[in-house]
Amino acid sequence: MLTRKSSHLSGTRLTKAFAGVTGGAVDRRTFLRRSGLAAGGLAAASTLSLGTVKKADAQARPATGEVKLVKNTCTHCSVGCTVTAEVVNGVWVGQEPTFESPINLGAHCAKGAALREVTHGDRRLKYPMKLQGGRWVRLSWDQAINEVGDKMLQIRQSSGQDSVYWLGSAKFTNEGAYWFRKFAAFWGTNNVDHQARICHSTTVAGVAQTWGYGAMTNSYNDIQNSRSLFLIGGNPAEAHPVSLIHMLRGKENNNAPFIVCDPRFTRTAAHSTEHVRMRPGTDIALIWGILWHTLENGWEDKQFIAQRVYGFDDVRKEVAKYTPAEVERITGVPGAQLRRVAQTLANNRPFTIIWCMGGTQHTVGSANVRAYCILGLAHGTIGTSGGGANIYRGHCNVQGATDMGLEPITLPAYYGLVEAAWRHWSRVWDVPYDYMQARFKSKALMEAPGIPESRWHDAVLEKKENVEQSDNLKAMVFWGHGANTQTRGPDAMKAMDKIDMLVVIDPHPIQVAAMSNRQDGIYLLPACSALEQDGSRTASNRSLQWGYKIVEPIFESKTDLDIMYMFAKKFGFADEMFKNVKVDNGKVLAEDVLRELNKGSLTIGYSGQSPERLKLHMANQKDFDPKSLKATSGPCAGDTYGMPWPCWGKAEHKHPGTHVLYDTSKPVKEGGLNFRALMGAEYQGANLLAEGSYPVGAEIKDGHVQFSYGLLKKLGWDKDLTDEERATIERIGGANADGVIWSYDLSAGIIRVAIAHGCAPFGNGKARANVWNFPDPVPTHREPLYAPNRELVAKYPTYPDRKGGRLPIKFKSIQDIDFSKDYPIVLTSGRLVEYEGGGDETRSNKWLAELQQEMFIEVNPADAAAKGIKNWDFVWVYSPNSKDAVYGQDPAKPVRLRVRAMLTERVGKGVAWMPFHFAGHWLGEDRRHRYPAGADPIVLGEAANTALTYGYDPVTQMQETKTSLCRIEKV
Amino acid sequence: MARMKFLLDAERCIECNACVTACKNEHEVPWGINRRRVVTLNDGKPGERSISMACMHCTDAPCMAVCPVDCFYKTADGVVLHSKDLCIGCGYCFYACPFGAPQYPQAGNFGSRGKMDKCTFCNGGPEADNTPAEYAKYGRNRIAEGKLPLCAEMCATKALLGGDGDVIAGIYRERTATRGYGSGAWGWSTAYGQPPRS
Repeated sequence: MLTRKSSHLSGTRLTKAFAGVTGGAVDRRTFLRRSGLAAGGLAAASTLSLGTVKKADAQARPATGEVKLVKNTCTHCSVGCTVTAEVVNGVWVGQEPTFESPINLGAHCAKGAALREVTHGDRRLKYPMKLQGGRWVRLSWDQAINEVGDKMLQIRQSSGQDSVYWLGSAKFTNEGAYWFRKFAAFWGTNNVDHQARICHSTTVAGVAQTWGYGAMTNSYNDIQNSRSLFLIGGNPAEAHPVSLIHMLRGKENNNAPFIVCDPRFTRTAAHSTEHVRMRPGTDIALIWGILWHTLENGWEDKQFIAQRVYGFDDVRKEVAKYTPAEVERITGVPGAQLRRVAQTLANNRPFTIIWCMGGTQHTVGSANVRAYCILGLAHGTIGTSGGGANIYRGHCNVQGATDMGLEPITLPAYYGLVEAAWRHWSRVWDVPYDYMQARFKSKALMEAPGIPESRWHDAVLEKKENVEQSDNLKAMVFWGHGANTQTRGPDAMKAMDKIDMLVVIDPHPIQVAAMSNRQDGIYLLPACSALEQDGSRTASNRSLQWGYKIVEPIFESKTDLDIMYMFAKKFGFADEMFKNVKVDNGKVLAEDVLRELNKGSLTIGYSGQSPERLKLHMANQKDFDPKSLKATSGPCAGDTYGMPWPCWGKAEHKHPGTHVLYDTSKPVKEGGLNFRALMGAEYQGANLLAEGSYPVGAEIKDGHVQFSYGLLKKLGWDKDLTDEERATIERIGGANADGVIWSYDLSAGIIRVAIAHGCAPFGNGKARANVWNFPDPVPTHREPLYAPNRELVAKYPTYPDRKGGRLPIKFKSIQDIDFSKDYPIVLTSGRLVEYEGGGDETRSNKWLAELQQEMFIEVNPADAAAKGIKNWDFVWVYSPNSKDAVYGQDPAKPVRLRVRAMLTERVGKGVAWMPFHFAGHWLGEDRRHRYPAGADPIVLGEAANTALTYGYDPVTQMQETKTSLCRIEKV
Repeated sequence: MARMKFLLDAERCIECNACVTACKNEHEVPWGINRRRVVTLNDGKPGERSISMACMHCTDAPCMAVCPVDCFYKTADGVVLHSKDLCIGCGYCFYACPFGAPQYPQAGNFGSRGKMDKCTFCNGGPEADNTPAEYAKYGRNRIAEGKLPLCAEMCATKALLGGDGDVIAGIYRERTATRGYGSGAWGWSTAYGQPPRS
C-alpha cells in the first residue's frame, strides 16, 4: 500500500480531530489542505497518480547491489547543505543526514529532505521539444541544436549578436556559470545575466562600493558568536531554514536579543525577541531612525569611524533630519521602539546585520543596503567575528554565478568590461584580444554594459530607436531561469508573443511553455540538475563546495557544459573556446574548467580553490569546526571550510580562505584583511586610505593603495619575486610593466609578495559612507513608485526618469500618477519554505507539492471584513498593471489574479502579501493543457509577478517586488 | 535497553517541514498520508509556535488498548508497531490516539479505510528486518540498521529529537539551562522581558 497513490482519504475526520489543536481555520497550512481534499488538491492528486506510479516502481529500492554514498550540495537556497545520497546500481535510493558537514550538521529543510525526488520523480522535460502549430513535437538533440542554432545565426546576420539574449542561472555550478559568461563573450554579446539581477544585485553593487566586495562578510556559522542579531527584510525560517540552527544557537547561547524588522510577522519573527513592523519600502527611514538615537546619545564607535570610514559626517547631516516623529510618520514605527532597538544594539555588540530580498528588491535597493552597512560601520561591527553584514543570498549558487560574472556589466570576477579586462581574460583563454573583439559588433558594444534581465521584455517591446544597440531582442534563451520571477507579467507575455524565438534550457518546461499564446517558435531543451553533474558551488558565506554527480543525467537531459559545447560547435568557436579543457565524447571535464577560472579570477581570490583542494575538504568535512569553520586536524588543518574567497594566490600558496572579511585581528595570510582601497588615495582632498588601522603583521602600518609591480619596486619588495613571476609580469605589462596591478598578474607573484609582507593586495582603504558615484551619495528616503500616501510623495519624491542598461527607465513619470485611490492596499511578496524561486522544480516534487496546493494572498482580517471576504474564499487581486502595463492593456481584460484569501494578522492592516512561486494560471485561467504532457508541475497557480508592477533600482535595475499596490475583491 | 522517545523543542521548531518530507522520502509515503506533520499554534500572531507531531510511541498506548484484533505490539525499545496483515482498518485507534497519528489510505463507502498506517519510529514492522516485504508495508527499518528516525536526524534546527529518552532529555535539559529562565519557561520573556546578561 505504500506505493499506491490515493486521492481519497478520511480527511473530514482528520480535520475535525485537529480543529482544536490548530486554533481555527486561519492558519495557512490546515490539514484539510494538506490532505488533498481541497478542490485544487484533488485535481493535483489525481493528475499525480498518472505519472508517478510507474516511476516509483522503476525506482523501487533494489534488494541487492552495493550502496554507494555520494556527496553533493542541496540545489535550493544558499546555505550550502551537504546532501549524502545512497546510490544503488545507478539509482538514487535514499538520503542520509550529513552530520559531518560543518554547515548543516545533518540538517535539511523540507526542500533538502525531499531532494531525491529531483531524479526520482518524472515531471521533467524528457527530451528536446518544439512548439509546432500549437503542439509539442519531439526532436533529437542534433535537430534541436541545428534548428535553434540556424535561427540564431540568421538573427546574428540580420539584427546583430546583441539581439540574442542569454539568460543564465544561479543554479549553474561555478564552472557552468563561468563557462556561460565565456560562451556569451564568444557569441559576441554582453546580453547575459542571471537571477542575481533580481535577487541581490543591489547588495553586490552597494556593498562593494562601500567596502570592497559585494558578499556576505562573515558566515552563517559565525552568527553563533553574535551578541545580538538584527534582521531586516528577510525571513530565513522559510527562505534559509538551516541557517536558523546557527542563529538560534547564537540567540540561545549568548542570550542574544534577536530583532526582526519586517512588514510581516514572519515565521522568523515568531522566534525573535523584538518585531519591528514597518511599512514596506521605508528601510532607509527606519535605519536612520535607529541611528538618530545612536548618534544623539553618542553610542557610535568613534575610533573605528575615524580610522576606517570615509564620509561619516555626511551621514550625520542626513540622519539629523530623521527625528522620531518624522520616522514614525514615514515607517509607522514608534520612536520609543526604535530607541529601544538602538540601545539594544549599542549594548550588545558585536551584532550581526542580516538582510535579504526585503531590502534589495526596491527602486531604492542599492541605497537600502548601504544604509544597513552604515549601521554596522557606525558601531564598528564590520570586520569582527560575531558582527558583519550577513547577506543571505537566495539560490544555491547565486554567489558563485555573480562572482563568475554571469552579468551584463562585467567579465568573470568583477573585472568589468574595459579593454584591460578583455585583454586579461583573452590571456587566460589563450585567444588573441583581436579575435575576441571581432566576435562583437563593435568595440563600443563590447565595452558597453548589456541589458539587465529584469528588462528583457522592454528590449523586445521598446521602440527600436530607444534600445541602444543595433536592434531589439529577437531571441530569448531562458537557461535555468523562471519567467514568473520577473515582474510585469502582462508586458512579459506581450514580449513572448512578439519575439522571434524562445528557447528554454531547463529540467522543467517553466512558465514560458504555458503562458505564451504562441503556436510556434518555442524550443524546450532538457538540462539536468546540478545533482546530476560534477562541479563546485559557492554558498552564501563564500565557501566553495565540490559536488559529485549523484546519478547520470536522467532521461535525455544533459549538463550545462555539454549543451554549451554543442552550441559552440554549431557556432564554430568550440575549438577556440574549449582549448584548455578536456572534452571526452562530448562530455566536458568540470575540473579543467575550474582550473581555468582559478587562473584568471585573482581579484576576488577564486584562485586558490583548486579541484584537488575542494575535494579534500569534502572528504574531510568532519575535521572542520562548526563555529569557526577551521580544520584543527587532518590533511586540511589550518584551512577554513570551503576556502571562502578571497583564497589568495595559487593553490600551492596554501592560503586558508577568508572566514571573516576585513578582520584586522588576523594576518592576511591567515584570513585577515582590511577594507579595500577601491577608489584610490583621495577624493576632493579627503583621505580615502585607512588611518592607523591595518591587519596584524602588516609591514605597512597605515592605509595604502593597491599593489602593482611599480609599488613593489618602490618598496624594494620586488626582489622577493621569482624569476618566473617577474617574467610573467613583464610579459603582461610590456612597455608599462610597472603599471601591472596585482589582479592582472597571472603569476600571482605580486599577491604572494604583498601577503608575505602582511599586506592586502587590494590596498588598505576606508569604507565609504558617502558613495559619490551613486544617485544618492548618502542614502535618503524616497517613496515607492506605487505610493500609498501622496503627502509623503510630495516630500520624498523618487528620481527623475533616466537611462541605463541600454534602455530608458521610468521613475517620476509613474510616481506622478495617483494609483492609491483605486488600489488602496500595499502589496508585497515573498517565499514559502516548501517552494523555491519560480517553483517549477519544487511544485513538480510530490512531497513538497502536497504541502502547498494552492496560491493564496495573506490579507489582514480587518481589510477582509471590509470587503466581506471570509477565510479561504477566492478573491480577485486587481493590479495597477491594468492601467499601466507600459505597452497597453486591453481595458476589457483587467489584470487580476484569482487566488485564495488567507486571513491572518501576519500582515498589518492595509498590507497584503503573496508568495511568488506559483505559475500556470493566467488571469483566472488554468493553462495546464499548454504544458507538454507529463512535464506539468503538480501544483499550478497565479504568478504573483503578473500583478507586480514597474520599478527598477537606478544603479542595477533590480526590480521592485516588495512595494506595490492592489485592490482585493471577492470573486 | 533504551527507551525510544520523540521530543519536540517548540523554541526551536520553525515549521520548515523537513521532518515531513524526510519521512515521505525515506518510506515512500504516498500523497495524502502523513505519518508526521507540523501543527502551528497562534499562526501569524505573537506567541506563534510550531510542533511537529507523529506517533509518540506511548508507554501505555491507547491504540494498543482499543484495537479489536490486537494488531499492535511494542518492541523492547518501547516503539509501538503494528501488523498490517492483522489490521482491519476499523479506525478505533484513531479515536483513541491523543496525537491523531493513525492514517488511513482510503475513504470508501461503509467506513472502509484500508490498513492503518503510522509512524514506525523508522523501525518497520513484524516482517524480517529490511526485507522487501517489510519495506513495502512499513517503509525502511533504520533502527535495524543502527540509525535513528530520519525526521529527527534531518531536523533543520534540531528542534525534533528522536532516540534514547534519557539521552534526548539530557540534550534538552542542557539547552534549557543555557537559554536561561527567560526563554526556557513559557511566557516568561513576554511577561518579564529579556533576562540580564550573566
